[in-house]
Amino acid sequence: MTMENNTIELKGVTVNYGKPSAPFTAVRDVNLTVPQGTVCALIGPSGCGKSTLLKVMAGLMKPASGTVNIGGRDVNPHDLTIGLMPQNYGLLPWKNVRDNILLGCRVRHQDMHERQPMYVKLLEQLGLKDLLFRYPRELSGGQQQRVALARAFLLQPDILLMDEPFSALDALTREAMQDVFLGLWREHRVTTVLVTHYVEEALYLGHQIALMQSAPGRIAEIIDNPWGCQGLDRGRDDVFRLSRTVREKLRKLEVGDA
Amino acid sequence: MKQHRILRAYLLGAVTLLVLWWIIALLVELPIIPVPDKVFVRLGDIFASTIVIHGVYSLWRIAAGLALAVGIGYPIGLAMGYFDRFDRLLSPLVYLTYPIPKIALLPILMLLAGVGELSKILMIFLIIVFQVIIAVRDGVRTIPRETYASLYTLGASFGQLFYHVIFPASWPKFLTAVRVAMATAISVLFFTETFGTQYGMGYFIMDAWLRVNYLDMYAGIIVLSLLGLLLFGLLDTLERRTCRWQLK
Repeated sequence: MTMENNTIELKGVTVNYGKPSAPFTAVRDVNLTVPQGTVCALIGPSGCGKSTLLKVMAGLMKPASGTVNIGGRDVNPHDLTIGLMPQNYGLLPWKNVRDNILLGCRVRHQDMHERQPMYVKLLEQLGLKDLLFRYPRELSGGQQQRVALARAFLLQPDILLMDEPFSALDALTREAMQDVFLGLWREHRVTTVLVTHYVEEALYLGHQIALMQSAPGRIAEIIDNPWGCQGLDRGRDDVFRLSRTVREKLRKLEVGDA
Repeated sequence: MKQHRILRAYLLGAVTLLVLWWIIALLVELPIIPVPDKVFVRLGDIFASTIVIHGVYSLWRIAAGLALAVGIGYPIGLAMGYFDRFDRLLSPLVYLTYPIPKIALLPILMLLAGVGELSKILMIFLIIVFQVIIAVRDGVRTIPRETYASLYTLGASFGQLFYHVIFPASWPKFLTAVRVAMATAISVLFFTETFGTQYGMGYFIMDAWLRVNYLDMYAGIIVLSLLGLLLFGLLDTLERRTCRWQLK
């Protein structure tokens, strides 16, 4: 892992959709700092601009105003290695598991030889060894998720952006995959932004939890979470209390919108 | 297992056709419909000495026309599918010219390109190229934008997008278009080979007919049909090999 500083910093970010003459403001004046080596969970009602913020950090969209910095640098996909895990996992249906995992490294022209030990280890950790020549459509949701995780971590990205990565999975698989992610994250400690709509997921993984509200999307509150990525028992009393607090706040935000 | 089933289906089709032919031949009892066994004996006699060279000529014309159509149609379809501006510019042109029966242009082609090889290849090219353009354009256009997202964030070049996304995503549609166009191309090829050449299956069949040599004529028709079978078989095999990712 590089020792570089990959702190993500958003300052006064406003993003518009549609024509410049009649813009629709998706997010307004967002300030957010995700320190190097931490996970930030973005949570909020649908349509609050969570995914839009992620796209801005990924360099897929330009903000109408404000700045996005990563380690003090502008977001430039040519200088930075940005790992993006979209909602549908972003696997290419015409590539088998092996080629999908290697895709990121190939596009970045990374040294495959050097990556080989890590590749083998990831396959082992994620239980993908027997699936290498399957195509995505021949995999279950959980398996596709594993492939996407293998791809993201093999890439050794400067930052990792995940858009509701575990949402399409059933409850048990989701918790299992959160643990898989946790295991990988602890090894690599990549600066991560995770969009979610599950309070438990935000509490389990996020060092910071950014609560968003909609119309226009903005960050209402940032909660520091002492249990983020600790892998603590999900049923603990204090975790439960915090989750109730977060839930209540979210509910108020949604009521405020309505 | 699956291969066997396909082979059996083809055999069944061939046998059914032969039986029908046989029954009709026996019922009609005219020289214009000879019984199949005589035709096959004749085919065996003249295949190596005469028919092969005609078959090779026909195949070459199809291959050349197809290569030309793909070489020109693919980049145009790609540009139209990927860049909206190209599409707006070229769509009217394509739509205006696509419905014209290409065979109607044959006299013009023959005047401009002569009655020889070139006009025949151009004819096949004209038939296939539009299908290729439209299939590739639609294939590229239907790629969801999110598919590009993870490559964009990695700073992928256009070449990498093409190699990893655009080409494989549009490939099945492209193959289908070639298959559809191939049937028309073969029948039009037959027509163009009836003049301005001494070689090709079209020439062979028409020549046999004019010589009132019905056995030769039928032998030619069988070879032409096998030629089509060969081409479609190749396309099917190619699709099975390369499109496994989308087959059930």
